Amino acid sequence: MDFTLKIWRQENRKAKGRFETYKISNISPDCSFLEMLDILNESLVDKLSHPVCFDNDCREGICGMCGLYINGHPHGPDSAVTTCQLHMRKFSDGETITIEPWRAKPFPIIRDLIVDRTALDKIIQEGGYVSATTGGVPDGNAILISKHKADEAMDSASCIGCGACVAACKNASAMLFVSAKVSQLALLPQGKPEAAIRVQNMVAKMDDLGFGNCTNTYACEAECPKQIKRSNIARMNREFICAKVASEESTKR
Amino acid sequence: MNTLNSKIPEGQLSEKWTKYKASQKLVNPANKRKLDVIVVGTGLAGSSAAASLGALGFNVKIFCISDSPRRAHSIAAQGGINAAKNYQNDGDSVDRLFYDTIKGGDYRAREANVYRLAEVSNSIIDQCVAQGVPFARDYSGMLDNRSFGGAQVSRTFYAKGQTGQQLLLGAYSALSKEIKAGTVKMYERREMMDLVVVDGRARGIITRNLQNGEIERWGAHAVVIATGGYGNVFFLSTNAMNCNGSAAVQCYHKGAFFANPCFVQIHPTCIPVKGEFQSKLTLMSESLRNDGRIWVPKKIEDAQAIREGRLKPTEIAEEDRDYYLERRYPAFGNLVPRDIASRAAKERCDAGYGVGATGFAVYLDFKSAIERLGRDKVEARYGNLFQMYEKIVDVNPYENPMMIYPAVHYTMGGLWVDYELQTTIPGLFATGEANFSDHGANRLGASALMQGLADGYFVLPYTMQNYLSDQIYESKISTETEEFAVAEKSVKEKLEKIMSINGEKTVDTLQRELGHIMWEYVGMGRNAQNLQKAIPMLENLKKEFWSNVRLTGDLNSLNPELEKAVRLADHIELAQIMAKDALQREESCGGHYREEFVTEEGEAKRNDQDFMFVGVWEYKGKDQEPVMHKEDLKYEFINVQQRNYK
Repeated sequence: MDFTLKIWRQENRKAKGRFETYKISNISPDCSFLEMLDILNESLVDKLSHPVCFDNDCREGICGMCGLYINGHPHGPDSAVTTCQLHMRKFSDGETITIEPWRAKPFPIIRDLIVDRTALDKIIQEGGYVSATTGGVPDGNAILISKHKADEAMDSASCIGCGACVAACKNASAMLFVSAKVSQLALLPQGKPEAAIRVQNMVAKMDDLGFGNCTNTYACEAECPKQIKRSNIARMNREFICAKVASEESTKR
Repeated sequence: MNTLNSKIPEGQLSEKWTKYKASQKLVNPANKRKLDVIVVGTGLAGSSAAASLGALGFNVKIFCISDSPRRAHSIAAQGGINAAKNYQNDGDSVDRLFYDTIKGGDYRAREANVYRLAEVSNSIIDQCVAQGVPFARDYSGMLDNRSFGGAQVSRTFYAKGQTGQQLLLGAYSALSKEIKAGTVKMYERREMMDLVVVDGRARGIITRNLQNGEIERWGAHAVVIATGGYGNVFFLSTNAMNCNGSAAVQCYHKGAFFANPCFVQIHPTCIPVKGEFQSKLTLMSESLRNDGRIWVPKKIEDAQAIREGRLKPTEIAEEDRDYYLERRYPAFGNLVPRDIASRAAKERCDAGYGVGATGFAVYLDFKSAIERLGRDKVEARYGNLFQMYEKIVDVNPYENPMMIYPAVHYTMGGLWVDYELQTTIPGLFATGEANFSDHGANRLGASALMQGLADGYFVLPYTMQNYLSDQIYESKISTETEEFAVAEKSVKEKLEKIMSINGEKTVDTLQRELGHIMWEYVGMGRNAQNLQKAIPMLENLKKEFWSNVRLTGDLNSLNPELEKAVRLADHIELAQIMAKDALQREESCGGHYREEFVTEEGEAKRNDQDFMFVGVWEYKGKDQEPVMHKEDLKYEFINVQQRNYK
C-alpha cells in the first residue's frame, strides 16, 4: 500500500511547528501504524534527516505510551484500539493520512508528536490511591467484595492513562480519566474511608492544571481505546456533590 | 578463588528468613531521613521498593525511562500472580510453591531465596487487595484462582487478562502517595548511563535527561537496579521497545558480576512473525493453555495444504489432529512448563508440521472449550485476549483456532545477588527481572509478578536497612568528587564517539543483525558448533557498530536514535557473554537446550554432576576475556530429580 503522510514537526516546546509531507510506499496491510512510522524513520535516517519522534513502548495496547491524533481521531479510525494496535489495513491504498500530537494546554509538546502528560500523574498523586503502606494489612479474603462490584471496579481500573479522552475533548477535559480512578476506588470498600477527600482533591488538581470541564459531548467515551464508560463521570459527579455537601472532613492531609 | 558469598542464613529452610529478620540491623527514624536511596526503574520491582522504602522514611529518588511509572513493561503481564494461599483447599502450601518453583527452574535456583519468595507470596496478595487492586472474585465475594503451567494446584490470582496492569497500578498508586508525601522524588524521561563507585561502594549514578540530552549526576548511600531483563538482545521479543539491559551492563562493567546470562525464557504462546517490518512480538497469556488445546495436523500433506492456503484448519477432522502436548505429556498436557511447550512447538514445525504462511506456527484451539463451557464463559475468561488477537491477526479466534509460536519473553539470568539482593558491589542492589536469583533455568508462569513485588515490598525494605545501618556515619554523598567527574566524562565521550561515527548502517539494521545472530545461533536449540560461530560474529558486529553506525540528530535534544544506539552497544556485549555462557554449560536445563545433551526421547538432559552451579561472569576490562566464577548450588532440603511432566 502507498500513503501520503502529513506529519506535525516541532523541534521543541517553544519552536514553531508545521506540517511536513512524506510519501511512503510498499507498506504491508499487516503492518501496524507504528511499524509504518518505523519504516519512514529508517528512510529518514538514511537521508540523514531527523526521524519523526513519537512516544511508544509496549506496542500491545496496554502501556498507554503511544498516542497519535490520526485523521482527526485520537488513536485513529479503528475503534477500541491504541495507535500501536492500529493496522494499515484500516486505511485505503493511496490515502493521505494526517498525524498530529495530542493537543491540549496541559499537554505541552516536547518534540514532534511527543507531548508531556505528567499532568495526569500529578492528579493521581492528589489521592488516586488507598493510603495503605506496606505491611500490616488484613488477609485478602477478609475483605469481601461482590463479584459485580469487583468486575465494575476492574472495568474502571482498566484505563491506561494515554490521554486520548483529553485529546478528543473540545474542552481538553480530563473527566473520564479522573472519574475512572475515582470510580474504581469508590466502588471498592478499601477506597471508602478516603472517598470524600479523594474526589475533592483530585478534581481541584485537575482544574488547577488547566484541564477544562465536561460539557457532555462524550467524545471521550467514543474515542477511549479501553472503552471506559461515561457512567464513571456520573459517579464522580455524585461522589463530588455528596462530598461537598455532606462531608465534614477537611481535604487537608 | 571463590569471591562469591551468598550470605544464606544458617538453620532450617523455613526458619532462615524469620531468623534473618530477627537479627538484622535496623535504622532509627531520625537516621532514615538522612539516608538517600536511588532506585532505577519503575516497574513492579522498582515502584514497590521505592514506595516501601519511602514509607519507611528513607529519602528516595526514582528514575523512570518513560513519562510515567505506569508505562513500565510489568503492565503487559496478563495471566496472574502466584501465591500459596490454598484458598481452593487443593493441597497448596508454601512448601509446594517452593517445590514447584525449584522444579520448574530445573534445579538451578538457590533454595533459600526461592523458599523466601514462596513464604512472602501470601502477603503480596493481601497488600495488593488493601491497595484496591480489583482481583477477580467469585460469587461469594472471595478471591478467585486459576491454574497455570507447571503446577497441579490453582494458586494464580488474576484481574481479567490484565493482572500485571492492575498490580503495577497498585504499586504506582503506593508510589504516587509517597511522591505526594515528599519521601520519594520522581525523575521521568531519564536513562541511567553509568554507575558511580566510590571506595568500592555504589554511591550514585549518571543519567541522561532524554528530553534535552543533559547529563546529570546523582549521589546516594545505596543504589537499586530494577531495570528488568535483556530479552531485547534478540531484537524481536515480547518486551516493550524501551526495555533494555543497559543499566545491568553498566554495573557489570563497574564490577558487579553477571549470573547465568544464557538462561532466557522462550514463551510458547505468542502471535507469529508476519514480515520483515515486525518490530516486536505480542504475547498471548499462558492462561489460554488452561482451556485451549494445542495441535498441528497429523498428516504432513495437510500441513502443507494449510501453508499454501488450500485447506482451512476447521476442515481437518478430529482424528487428523495431533494434540502433541497431550500425546507426549499426558499428566500435564497443555499445561507443561513454558520451555517444554516451546521446544515441542519448534520440534513439530522443524519436522514440517507447522502451519500459517511461514510454517512457523501451531494452533491453539478453543473449539472444545466453547463446546464445554459455552462461548459466553470463554469470552468472560479470555475476552480481551481474543479481541487483541483479532485486532492484530484479523482472524476471529472464536471461529478459527489461534496461531501461536514461541518468542523470547523473559530472562532468568541477571546481576548476581546474594540473599540480601546485594550485588558484588556493596551498596548496589538488584531486584525483579534484573537479578538472577529465583527462577533458575526456567521461570513458571505468574511468578515474575510475584518475584518483583516480593523483592520490592517485603525483601529489600529489610535487607537494605541491614546495609544502610552502617551508612549513618556517611554524610550526604557529594557529586562534586573525582569519581563522579570521571564517570560523567566517560559517558560524554562515549556518546560523542557514537554520534561522530557517521557510518552506513542504521541502528535498527544493526539491531536486526544482532537479533538474527542470537535467534539462529543462541536461540531455542543451541549446539557447540553454532555457539562457536556466534562468538566471532558478535565480535565483528561490535566492530561494525563502532565503525559503521549511522545516526542523526544531536546530543543535546530528544534523540531516539541515540538512545537506541547506546542500548545496542551494551546489548552486543551482553550477547557475547550469553553465547559464552551457553557454550560452557554443556547440559540442557530449563530454557537452555543444548541439542547434544538430550535423552533418547529428545527431552532435555541435565548434568547435575558437573553443572549444578550458577555461572557468574566477571568483567575484566575492554578487550579482555571475562572470567567465569561458580556458585555451587546445594540442595539440602529438596530431593533433586529429573523433571518429569509425563
